[in-house]
Amino acid sequence: MRGPMADQQTGTEVDIEAIAATARAGLAAADDEAALESWRVAQLGRKGVLTSVLRQLAGLPIEERRRIGAEANALKTELEAALESRRLSLAGERLAATVAGGQVDVTLPGRTKRVGRLHPITQTLREMTDIFVSMGFAVTEGPEVETDYYNFGALLIAPDHPARDMQDTLYIDYQRDGAYPFMLRTHTSPNQVRFMEQHQPPIRVVVPGRCYRNEATDPTHEWMITQIELLAVDEGISLADLKGTLFEFAKRMFGQERKVRFRCDYFPYVEPGVDMSIDCFLCGGEGCRMCHNEGWIEIMGAGMVHPQILTNMGYDAERVTGFAAGIGAERVCLLRNGIEDIRSFYQNDLRFLEQF
Amino acid sequence: MRVSLKWLADYVDVTLSPEELAHKLTMAGMESAAIENIGGDWDSELITVGNVLDVQPHPDADRLVLATVDHGGTEPQTVVCGAPNVEAGQRIAFARAGAKLIDGRSGERAVLKPAKIRGVESAGMVCSGKELGLSSDHEGILVLAADAPVGTALSTYLGDAVLDLDLTPNRPDWMSMLGIAREVAALTGATVREPQHTYDDQADENVPAVVAVEIADPDLCSRYVATVVEGVTLGPSPQWLQERVTAGGMRPINNVVDITNYVMMELGQPLHAFDFSAVQDAKIVVRRAREGEKLTTLDGEERTLTKDMLVIADAKKPVALAGVMGGADSEITEQTTTILLESATFHPGCIRRTAAALRSRTEASARFEKGLSPELAVIAAQRATKLLVELAGGRALHGYVDSYPAPAEEVRIDLTRRRLEQVLGIDLPTSKVRAALTSLGFSVRWSPPELYEVRVPYWRTDVRISDDLAEEVARVIGYDQIPTTNLSGALPSVAAQPLRNLRESLRDACAAAGMQEVITYSLTTQELLARVLPEDEMAARPPLKVAHTVSSEYEYLRPTLWASVLRTAAANLRRHDGELALFEAARVYLPPPRERLEAGELPDEREHVVGVVTGQREDRWGRASDEAVDFFDAKGYVDAALAAVGLTPALSQAERFALLPGRTGAVSVDGRDVGVIGQVHPAVAAQFDIDQDVYVFELVVDELLEVAAGDRVYESDFRYPPVVQDLALVVDRDLPADQVRSAIEQHKLVRAARIFDVYEGEGIADGKKSLALSVTYQAPDRTLTLEEVAKAQDSLLKRLAKEFSAELRA
Repeated sequence: MRGPMADQQTGTEVDIEAIAATARAGLAAADDEAALESWRVAQLGRKGVLTSVLRQLAGLPIEERRRIGAEANALKTELEAALESRRLSLAGERLAATVAGGQVDVTLPGRTKRVGRLHPITQTLREMTDIFVSMGFAVTEGPEVETDYYNFGALLIAPDHPARDMQDTLYIDYQRDGAYPFMLRTHTSPNQVRFMEQHQPPIRVVVPGRCYRNEATDPTHEWMITQIELLAVDEGISLADLKGTLFEFAKRMFGQERKVRFRCDYFPYVEPGVDMSIDCFLCGGEGCRMCHNEGWIEIMGAGMVHPQILTNMGYDAERVTGFAAGIGAERVCLLRNGIEDIRSFYQNDLRFLEQF
Repeated sequence: MRVSLKWLADYVDVTLSPEELAHKLTMAGMESAAIENIGGDWDSELITVGNVLDVQPHPDADRLVLATVDHGGTEPQTVVCGAPNVEAGQRIAFARAGAKLIDGRSGERAVLKPAKIRGVESAGMVCSGKELGLSSDHEGILVLAADAPVGTALSTYLGDAVLDLDLTPNRPDWMSMLGIAREVAALTGATVREPQHTYDDQADENVPAVVAVEIADPDLCSRYVATVVEGVTLGPSPQWLQERVTAGGMRPINNVVDITNYVMMELGQPLHAFDFSAVQDAKIVVRRAREGEKLTTLDGEERTLTKDMLVIADAKKPVALAGVMGGADSEITEQTTTILLESATFHPGCIRRTAAALRSRTEASARFEKGLSPELAVIAAQRATKLLVELAGGRALHGYVDSYPAPAEEVRIDLTRRRLEQVLGIDLPTSKVRAALTSLGFSVRWSPPELYEVRVPYWRTDVRISDDLAEEVARVIGYDQIPTTNLSGALPSVAAQPLRNLRESLRDACAAAGMQEVITYSLTTQELLARVLPEDEMAARPPLKVAHTVSSEYEYLRPTLWASVLRTAAANLRRHDGELALFEAARVYLPPPRERLEAGELPDEREHVVGVVTGQREDRWGRASDEAVDFFDAKGYVDAALAAVGLTPALSQAERFALLPGRTGAVSVDGRDVGVIGQVHPAVAAQFDIDQDVYVFELVVDELLEVAAGDRVYESDFRYPPVVQDLALVVDRDLPADQVRSAIEQHKLVRAARIFDVYEGEGIADGKKSLALSVTYQAPDRTLTLEEVAKAQDSLLKRLAKEFSAELRA
């Protein structure tokens, strides 16, 4: 900086050095956001000190103008940087003060938000459904109150068929010609027929829903159960595809370690017929009360759709084949979660439900 | 069915352990539920067959004896015995000191120790059935057959393994030892030994000359075979036969009955022996019963028959209920000398219906109802006749009567290699296929390149089509030999499931809002339903009832979820602090009018979501506060659930059965009734043992679907800033606040209006209330000026004043 300069219009001198000193002192004294702001307005604002200096330059000789202009601009840059750094250091001080005085005890409980949960059977059923959906199966549903035709007749279980003993039925208390025409479905299999009546192959569909059996309950038997029906009909579908599909399901649902038993069984509406079981979680296959000493817990009946049913649906049973399975969600859930009594599901004790 | 492996060994050599055999049978479709090991814990050294050489009185006790027993050791042993039935010359089970037995009195397992009994040293024991774990009999000792080999380990002589098999209803042939033996042979590569059924007919007369058989209803009886045996002597069966009958789970009665039962268990064909002298005119007529006809059966019950039941009659009256039970009048007695033996094939459905109608399911009916082969009738008749001759001292008449109006043809199936691969997913070598089928008794001719010509053995009444054969092949080679492949082929197109999707979204939303889902039974009681449904509605549309239910607790199909969820809430309240919020998403069943049932229509099943909210709100620490939940907690859940599916409910004051008047609101969306929210009437709550305020809501998913938002369309009207202004209005106390709010929202410059306070009291006139609203003004195409907003508010206030007499609060 040089010596004082004469102001052409007012006659006062422009003393950059003095302006700088005042500004620096003002900044050092500003100790909150409001003070900083008023300092900024006073020094750097549109009507601030530096701005007016720069405005006055117009009346000076060219040489003076350059010199003072350069000095003023340098000062402006310096003050702007100083302002920013003052701001930051003030913010740091504030934060330090907050931290020092406002420490929270992080171990205190959070402000409780109520957590709702889905019933374990809903969760299991969804998981099962999702696995099949990922394999290209669509989802549909059907009625829980069924006719004799869909629940039995169309599945090749005539009125005098001994297989009627396999599923004790809850009939609606309404008789026609000495028979009960309506019942609570004993399985989701009626939907095989309902779906095939409405669609042509290729078919891949799952049908979840409640089913009912008129039987006494025990740790692995419940009178109301939730099944998911699986049906695939197309050219080239075989027992090997059924096995592959069900093993993939078991692997995803239970992991690689659990043992799967895939054995011959009989259901009138499939040929060949299959029963699939998982090793008992409680005894690891040794045999216990849970698995009726068998070491295995059956989770589904399955098989190749009986060709007579395909023919009855108007399909060419020599060309298309299909497989079907009915999987019990309660059994799947108890096997996965180590639940020792299937009846726990519908007792709805919150101490049970809240664990899922 | 219980299968004694010892008995099974009569027909097939079993080299596998009982466990291995059980596993093989299970995998092939014959599930083995349990294995009972008889004598598995008998020490073969210490427990042997003994011969009682001598019995002497105990010198010091009247009720004890000293028995000297040869047990196969170097020297006979004398022991103290308290059984009344011990006699010299008997073969018995003898245990020496150190053997583990079951204590006759305590039932505990214990080691037999030498003891001094009333001064006499005794280091062994003649065993009772109970001590061996064979029966509960501890009155006397177990007496063995007279030819039991002395010194043989009892476990060898009497031990057995019994498989308990769960049989499938398609296999009547499995209900026989021979059928099981055939299966075992096929699965283990062994050969079956068929029982003998030829005999010497010592009498001159021909059976057809002495008895006439007429099948009057051939649709219900396809074959009737009869033999006649003269000069039988009724008496107990030999020991081996009694053991077999017992092993099969039946009770030995006398030689004739035991033989018929034995052959039934051996071959699977039920038989019936008549006292021939009781058969009027030596004539058998197989006919439908006459309506109301009476027959007293073997069990002493007088049965009233109907015309769809089948009877065996003589010239005058029914003498047996075909396939179910014999008649008392023609029963075998001590006086019987001549037996007419029946071996017939009856209609499976008819036998099943008859047995069910008379509540009299028997071993015989259980076999007939599964469909027996007519071929079996002759073989079984001959087998039983042979045994009657050999074991009951009879003379068989020559030949047999065979009434067989329409002989069945042998079943032949053409199975192609292509079909086998199509069904099983594996192209099996011809040799394997032939071996599998042949092992089961099928005869197979392979005609290359494609065809297996298969002849089905008579006992396989269940095999009729190619795919049946595919299963036979698969289960003999083992399902574990079937490869695992993934589905290939085109994916079918998928139809939308809007109802299901909406229900599942609501389920998620309820849980997300903090409610716990429950799943309750679809059946309930009339009493529970009556708590929440008005009497006239219950009378006009009575809930559907199920017949023969498991329990009277589960008898009526619920037309509402309220009772079930309320009861679940009540059960949990006892051990719950704070807020309890439960919901269920399930179907209800609306009973159709009678004429619709008669037309075969199913009841209307509708999807409901029902919530129950009660208890105390929770404080910052999650503890129950002293502030009870109220109507607006319940409404909050409804708002949240509906918001999640893009719907905004409107409520209006309503009255509903079981809900408290004044605290009940009907829920609607776009003018459509979709549900209800309300406080359960305290009188109703009390019936559920709930003595605090409890709120219920119901959403009908089917109705919501009608107004459900489709795909949401994005509105890009956020470019111009909104202006938010608060408004306090004084209106009549009874005016529903939402009417004011929605009136404000109708203004074209108002984007939204929200109620944020309601105030009554000081500063507000009686009968009035002050509503505080926050109003957001916004235009899609420009920034609103303050003047525009002021003008809009002015016009709003004018309208509100006119419509609701609303005034701006001073």
